[in-house]
Amino acid sequence: MCLGVPGRVIAVEGDVATVDFWGVRKTVRLDVVDEPVAPGDYVLNHVGFAIRRIPASDIQATLALYEELLAAEDERDPMAADVAGELRGGGGGRP
Amino acid sequence: MTTSAFVPLRDPRRARALAEALSRLTSRIGRDPVSVMHVCGSHEQAIARYGLRATFPRALDVIMGPGCPVCVTDLPEVDEAVALASSGVRIATYGDMLRVPGTASSLAEAQAEGATIDVVYSVSQAVELARTSSEPLVFFASGFETTAVATAAALLGEPPDNFSVLSAHKYIPPVMEIVAEMPGNRVEGFLAAGHAATITGWGVFEPFVVRHGIPVVVAGFEPLDILAGLVRLLELVLEGRAEVSNMYPRCVTHEGNRRAQDTLWRVFRPAGGNWRGIAHVPSGNLRLRDEFAHADARRRFSIDLTSLWGHAPSPLVAQCLCGEIMAGTASPAGCALFGRACTPDAPVGACMVSSEGTCHIWHQYGGRPFLGGDS
Repeated sequence: MCLGVPGRVIAVEGDVATVDFWGVRKTVRLDVVDEPVAPGDYVLNHVGFAIRRIPASDIQATLALYEELLAAEDERDPMAADVAGELRGGGGGRP
Repeated sequence: MTTSAFVPLRDPRRARALAEALSRLTSRIGRDPVSVMHVCGSHEQAIARYGLRATFPRALDVIMGPGCPVCVTDLPEVDEAVALASSGVRIATYGDMLRVPGTASSLAEAQAEGATIDVVYSVSQAVELARTSSEPLVFFASGFETTAVATAAALLGEPPDNFSVLSAHKYIPPVMEIVAEMPGNRVEGFLAAGHAATITGWGVFEPFVVRHGIPVVVAGFEPLDILAGLVRLLELVLEGRAEVSNMYPRCVTHEGNRRAQDTLWRVFRPAGGNWRGIAHVPSGNLRLRDEFAHADARRRFSIDLTSLWGHAPSPLVAQCLCGEIMAGTASPAGCALFGRACTPDAPVGACMVSSEGTCHIWHQYGGRPFLGGDS
């Protein structure tokens, strides 16, 4: 019951949103989320209550944070530079 | 697929690069094992489901601590629900609670003997059930602060008079203190649960790192979130820096979700109590405040547990290692019952019951695979 799942908001009606979770639609209450939620937003759902609005841009920011972490690791260890280089170089690497 | 924005967080190439970094950091720390602990069933689920353990260096021990709220629900709390159900009160609860063993029986066994028990996905559903009848309905509530917020919101949403709550809710920060202080503890850093921290904020861990001198990293639940969280944690271990690092900024802020905190603390107060298998945890339980006495099943009903006390627990229970497993001093592989006398179909301990329990997860996904490897 403790699983928090992110989903995409389809519609909002008062304090209730219809949210898509990887193809499954459920209603989610908005009583405790701390920002206004609109269709197209992502929300983190926990037992039927949204606990956080996640702007789509934040997912890109997360990836950038992980790239930075790897870059810092590379500086620590030159041997790893080729791994990171491959990551950044190849198609589908850095967003 | 509309949730596809999250797909890059499962990118195998980035995962490999992070796993390489984990190996290098573990070698550089140079201890065997380097032990870190997470305190969340969802982290263990993700580690098992995405096969992350197979990518961890062998010297890195990622232990699941007391991160399963169902598992740490104490026997007397289950007994209260069983006694209420057996006395004819209708109970609604999360599915995981149904088969958790009490002293004499579980809710599932009470149900088999005629008690009315409804499994719900959300407390909102329990409130709706209460509206369909004038009979009393008790919501047996379990879960950490993330789930307690939902229960609190339901109570503030003017549920019908016949609705009440039997709270077994738990609060995570205090138990990290207990585990960090346990004798024999080898934990060098904690991976904190991102969803609980979404509510409390990462600032809640600042006094902890000062007191215990070990780092805490807040991490999310996608494969890259967990790997990156561990990389960050090992960096802090390597550098001997006892600080809090937030690797889940898309959900977690320093101060957390204030609206949710207000909701939580308006309805609940922290109280000391036993966590099954762990210890007495000061401020580890969430109980209803006096203002909500009318909705507190413990005050509305006189719950008689004496009928349950004549029963001796199964002799197998004495061999169950759930407590040691949740404290991080044993693993399911070291339990003589695991996969033999204790399975998800016939669980001996709570860790095998809940989908968030270490034993259940290891049983479902085949435990810790050893794929050879070079570390």
